[in-house]
Amino acid sequence: MSEQESTKVAPHPYPGKLIIVEGIDGSGKSTQLLLLHKWLESKGHKVFFTEWNSSDLVKATTKRGKKAKSLTPTTFSLLHATDFASRLYHQILPPLKAGMLVLADRYMYTAFARDVVRGVSPDWVRKLYNFAIKPDMAFYYRVPIEVAISRLLRGTRGQFKYYEAGMDMNLSTDVTESFRLFQSRILAEYDKIVDEFGLLTMDATQDIETQQEHMRTLVEEALRGYKPRRGTYGRRTLFWRRFDVPKSE
Amino acid sequence: MADGRFFGDGLTYLNPSDLKGKLIAVEGTDGVGRSTHIEMLQEWLEVQGYGVITTGWTRSNLMSKTIEMAKAGNILDRWSLSLLYATDFADRLEHQIIPALRSGFIVLADRYIYTAFARDFVRSGDRKWIRDVFGFALIPDLVCYLRIDVETLALRVIETMGMNYWESGMDLRLGTDLYDSFKKYQSLLIEEFDKMAEEFRFNVVDARKSPEEIQEELRGHILPVLQGHKRMTGAEHVPA
Repeated sequence: MSEQESTKVAPHPYPGKLIIVEGIDGSGKSTQLLLLHKWLESKGHKVFFTEWNSSDLVKATTKRGKKAKSLTPTTFSLLHATDFASRLYHQILPPLKAGMLVLADRYMYTAFARDVVRGVSPDWVRKLYNFAIKPDMAFYYRVPIEVAISRLLRGTRGQFKYYEAGMDMNLSTDVTESFRLFQSRILAEYDKIVDEFGLLTMDATQDIETQQEHMRTLVEEALRGYKPRRGTYGRRTLFWRRFDVPKSE
Repeated sequence: MADGRFFGDGLTYLNPSDLKGKLIAVEGTDGVGRSTHIEMLQEWLEVQGYGVITTGWTRSNLMSKTIEMAKAGNILDRWSLSLLYATDFADRLEHQIIPALRSGFIVLADRYIYTAFARDFVRSGDRKWIRDVFGFALIPDLVCYLRIDVETLALRVIETMGMNYWESGMDLRLGTDLYDSFKKYQSLLIEEFDKMAEEFRFNVVDARKSPEEIQEELRGHILPVLQGHKRMTGAEHVPA
């Protein structure tokens, strides 16, 4: 239990800073993070970005599992944890150790909310991510379900994806209704997580500029005392050279 | 939430109370002869009329290709390596092992969670995390551990399949070449298996004996587990 506590409270020992955003689909968190990214770069910072479920290692597998609809709540959760571990090791830790800034679109709290709604044990999934480090800042973009739905339907996406709508849970045959039920449960989990891990709750119903202004104020305060570090060239985004990975299938 | 049949935090969405079959795990380090003995056990059980399925480490539909790919050259950190194994295991547990146990089959597992425990511990020095990760695993009805010493193992492996990168734990840089590394890595694994043998009460079988003697001993451990297990009538299950 003491080890688990440490992920919650103990700050990481590295000179860089890790800032993450959380929220359901349609909360606008990715937009806010993108704008923060632009602003930090304009201030001369070297910024690294990493996104949930994006590592080469498991992307193809998740895709295959989703296609075959063979994923169970547990394998779904484990695959995301593997993806996270791989990105933590290859993308997040190196720049943090070098004293740079890392922005993450979704972090382990996404698993704590989503995987628990899918049916895994809340204790188990928290232990699973015990190797993670605590972010320096964690923003939670809180949005009512109807606002998220209307944003997604009006927006470029037009329709919901199968797993995003939780269609695998047989909540409703109607995709929008399934999304509403599934994401509402996720919102309820997030509310617990906010207290448990002390996430900064942001009002995601406000207009984009107002939210961004607020975010920048908070980040500026948090970065006071932080000494920016960057290399001479500032182009490189790979830290490890890998052997060629044979394409799957 | 805690169910006695699960190792730790179980599959909350599954009820294990209707599992009629028996789960038998054969553990032991690389090249110790597990697969051969499992094949012989399957034959022996099927002749007696038991339904048997075997399940092997990294052989799930979902993960076998991914793990091969990852091992084939990608740099793997220790968490990803362990989590890939865990995902493979979960896929087999939910799609093979549990359905088979529910139908009354005997499941012979070539390696089980203890392999993951040993490999992770050798890399991390921490036993807690990996055991938490595998909390959803079913506790086997029987674990047989094929024990060997590293000197005999090294000779045997060189004579048969040769040493490979991962079986030599080359990612740990324990020795200057494959041979030295193999011996150091495998002795660490054996040391941890020996500790677990006490902790989890494995049935230890000396793998230096002749195959016939080993098989005899394994059968001796399995027989009592099968008593009370209702034999499948009709024996319609034909060995492959």
